[in-house]
Amino acid sequence: MFDIDLRTGITIVALGVLSVLTRSLFFISSRPWTLPRWAQRGLNYAPIAALAAVVVPEIVMAQGAFINTWQDARLFAVAAGLAWFAWQRGVLGTIVAGMAVYLPLRLGLGW
Amino acid sequence: MFFQKELRRQPEFWEGVRDQSHVSMGIAAWGLMTGVAMVESGLSVLEAVLMTLIVFAGSAQLAAVPMLVGGAPLWVIVAAAFCVNLRFVVFSAHLRPYMMHLPLWQRLVSGYVMVDLTYVFFTRRFPVPGTTSQERLSQQAYMMGNCAINYLAWMGASLVGIALSNAIPTAWGLGFAGILALVGVLSSMANSGLRMVSVGVAGTAAVAAWALPLKLNIVVAIASAVAVCLVIEAVRAPRDPSGAQRV
Repeated sequence: MFDIDLRTGITIVALGVLSVLTRSLFFISSRPWTLPRWAQRGLNYAPIAALAAVVVPEIVMAQGAFINTWQDARLFAVAAGLAWFAWQRGVLGTIVAGMAVYLPLRLGLGW
Repeated sequence: MFFQKELRRQPEFWEGVRDQSHVSMGIAAWGLMTGVAMVESGLSVLEAVLMTLIVFAGSAQLAAVPMLVGGAPLWVIVAAAFCVNLRFVVFSAHLRPYMMHLPLWQRLVSGYVMVDLTYVFFTRRFPVPGTTSQERLSQQAYMMGNCAINYLAWMGASLVGIALSNAIPTAWGLGFAGILALVGVLSSMANSGLRMVSVGVAGTAAVAAWALPLKLNIVVAIASAVAVCLVIEAVRAPRDPSGAQRV
């Protein structure tokens, strides 16, 4: 339970260093430099694209393939979450409404 | 940093705390399941705790653990985690003008605690980098309030997940609350036609490119969504200059 081998320890430290380096890669050098104009405009669309790229496959894919059934708890949960958001505009409510649909369908019906 | 009193005195610090606390339940559920999954995949409790505290990157951890347990060489694991983390490199390019007035160690710590949702909240709240020192201080304060709550929710829940890994089966799918949190934030950002296009293109590309190794489909999706939106912007600009600015 509390065992750790050297290789795992080194890997964990290396991954920690990697987290710092990738997240601050463009902050490290203090030489003057700015993004080109087109890239600055493009960044208007990058945050929402990153979210969509993470979220959409988690909703419509299973075992690496597009789902081919509508009996999937995730679809109904997201529909419920979106409906809540359209009505009340709150993220917390979106989570609660979605999970209120998701858990009964998944645990009760096995979807 | 969130341990600096000066930042905690700014009202923006508490605004950041409030904004992030609306999604912290989803973050916590996600962290909880990450903790459970690390132990279920074969890490010892101590290893899982160290990984949580040091690495602080959910998707990279989930990608690395099976490779680690399976005996993959160190450089392969690091290369895989780098690809999973590539989106953060894009974020750091975006955030550079907000950060460069800080000393290096503060830039590195700020980068370390800056993850997907804190980046999204920060750039939504402050679309333009501050120019006066008060503006910069306010922005820093918001960022740190936001990151502090995210850090606490993630770390606390991950450690609980590790402790309860035998009691909570991953089959319950509690981690889906994290996806629902992202769906909520995504909805709050989809406030222009081109941003909706960005969602459509990125979502489709991420599914279509799923077979790429190391979550590179996410990078492909961001690149294609940004490219499509820039092209539409450029095509629309001569006819409809006001529309092109509405992003």
